[in-house]
Amino acid sequence: MSSTTNYILGVYDDEDEVLHAVSEIKAKGIKIEEVFTPFPIHGLDTALGHPRTRLPIAAFMFGCLGLICAQALINYTMVFDWPMIIGGKDFFALPDWIPVSFEGTVLFTAFGLVTTFCISNGLYPGKEVEVLDIRITDDRFVMAINVDKNKVAATDIKKALKDSGAVEVNVK
Amino acid sequence: MAGHSHFSPANVEEHFEFSSEGKKRIIIAFIAGLVALALGIYLLSKGESGGHEVAAAGHEAANAGHEAAGAAEHLSGGAASHQANAEEHYDWTNRIWANVWLNAVFFTGIAVIGMFFVSLQYLAKAGWSSVVKRVPEAFPKFLYISLPILLAVFFFKGDVIFHWMHHGVTEVGSENYDKIIAGKAGYLNKTFFMIRLVGFGALWIILWNMLRKKSIEEDLVGGSEIFTKLVRISVAFIVIFGASSSMFAWDWVMSIDTHWFSTMFGWYMFASWHVTGLAIITLTILLLKDKGYMAYVNENHLHDLGKFMFAFSIFWSYVWFSQFLLIYYANLPEETIYFLERWEGHNKIYKTSEVLNIFFNFFFPFLVLMTRDAKRTRIFLKIACFFIISGHYIDFYQMIMPGVLGKHGGYGLVEFGMLTVFASAFIYVVSNELTKASLVAKNHPFLPEALHHDI
Repeated sequence: MSSTTNYILGVYDDEDEVLHAVSEIKAKGIKIEEVFTPFPIHGLDTALGHPRTRLPIAAFMFGCLGLICAQALINYTMVFDWPMIIGGKDFFALPDWIPVSFEGTVLFTAFGLVTTFCISNGLYPGKEVEVLDIRITDDRFVMAINVDKNKVAATDIKKALKDSGAVEVNVK
Repeated sequence: MAGHSHFSPANVEEHFEFSSEGKKRIIIAFIAGLVALALGIYLLSKGESGGHEVAAAGHEAANAGHEAAGAAEHLSGGAASHQANAEEHYDWTNRIWANVWLNAVFFTGIAVIGMFFVSLQYLAKAGWSSVVKRVPEAFPKFLYISLPILLAVFFFKGDVIFHWMHHGVTEVGSENYDKIIAGKAGYLNKTFFMIRLVGFGALWIILWNMLRKKSIEEDLVGGSEIFTKLVRISVAFIVIFGASSSMFAWDWVMSIDTHWFSTMFGWYMFASWHVTGLAIITLTILLLKDKGYMAYVNENHLHDLGKFMFAFSIFWSYVWFSQFLLIYYANLPEETIYFLERWEGHNKIYKTSEVLNIFFNFFFPFLVLMTRDAKRTRIFLKIACFFIISGHYIDFYQMIMPGVLGKHGGYGLVEFGMLTVFASAFIYVVSNELTKASLVAKNHPFLPEALHHDI
């Protein structure tokens, strides 16, 4: 969140109020950027209308990659480079390889997903924490509205937030 | 946020009504099963199987089978010899007893998993499941029928099912003397087997009665005191079930192939029972919902049940595969005989069901229940339940039939009839038990949490 962005923050002190406020604000045609809460509120995702996460698709892709890599590794080492007879089986003994293939799939999926999550959220080790309002980690619920992305005038947004029960309206 | 119905739990009771028409239908199904069974038995006694049995295909297949059996014997030394033994003693009525045993074991498992599920939820102090717990809680009533059947079949016809009960296998000097079995006689003997069956079976029933009584009492009294007591009963049951489920797996199923053993078997059979039980719990809830009951069970609860079925289908596959992989890898003849019998032994009659076993119990549930939406959609859940329940019947068939019947096994009217008889009896008993308490445990301390369950 760079300093060039203008946010209007509606601060609420009750989870039910913020949940109702979301639909009220949306009904007035104002786009909500995000709602920050100290704990998960049931139904908030649905109320905000956020699109479903695409992480499962990424998980599937990473899983496929992991499977291919694991198979490539075993095939290269066990079939081509240094064939060995184990338990009287073929060099290409698929059942024996299922555990390794599984582990490879899981490993790639796990690392891949953590990396994807961090990149898509702009996180990296040593990143400075940006908090719009420190009280969202304590007892306040903050609705952030990006002024630049809204066609509604800033004064109207502030008024709408006040009307919906915000105890404070701040600009950041 | 579906299911945001704001009713006060303490005021709501919902009673399942077991309509006379419903009873009639189940009784008709029961009679139809009996007729099919009788017809199947008649055909059996005439020397026909009443179904597609490979034996009818003639002697060519039988020859191939002898080769396979010969190869097996060659591989495994004496391990296959009991099969030949079973051939000598074979009587057409054996197939009936094998089917009774198969269904009794299968439905005992489903019934006891009802108790296990409820206990597990109490042990974990789970909130979401308090809306559905009355359904599995009714299942163990069937133990009153299935456990005595197991006991009776074992007592009167045990030598049909179990190789180790054949005459003289443990007597030195007898022509049937079998050194391996004699070595196991300390555990596998008639008295000790019956002590285990009766002892653990009685404990299951007693603990279920305690739990059921307290649970119904909670509806009247309320408060958290009963909850604590229910947790204690659940702890006791889980400990006992942990030991007894493994022992029963060895006793009831693994000891059929007496020479063979697997250290995975207790888990394997438990996994099979558990996932079947979960599928039947889910299916019962879905059918009750279709009839207009349990409106407070919303897609979030169904999602959790779906996850349970999905997870335990994979767990079953994991255990099945682990057992297979170790045997395949080690390649020891006395162990591989088990899979050899099911894959290419006995004129290959068990090969189809072995393949179906993996597809029905792993691939289909895995693919059907993979997505979030599928686990929240009733029709997908029902499809998955169908595959899991029929798949695990096949699984138990595969565990029991090759050892008991050898090449005389098959899928015919006897199998179909016996399954229908047991299934309709189970449905009748459970439906009847469901009427005895409110479908919602209205004073369960976690009920408000469950009603607002949202995932």
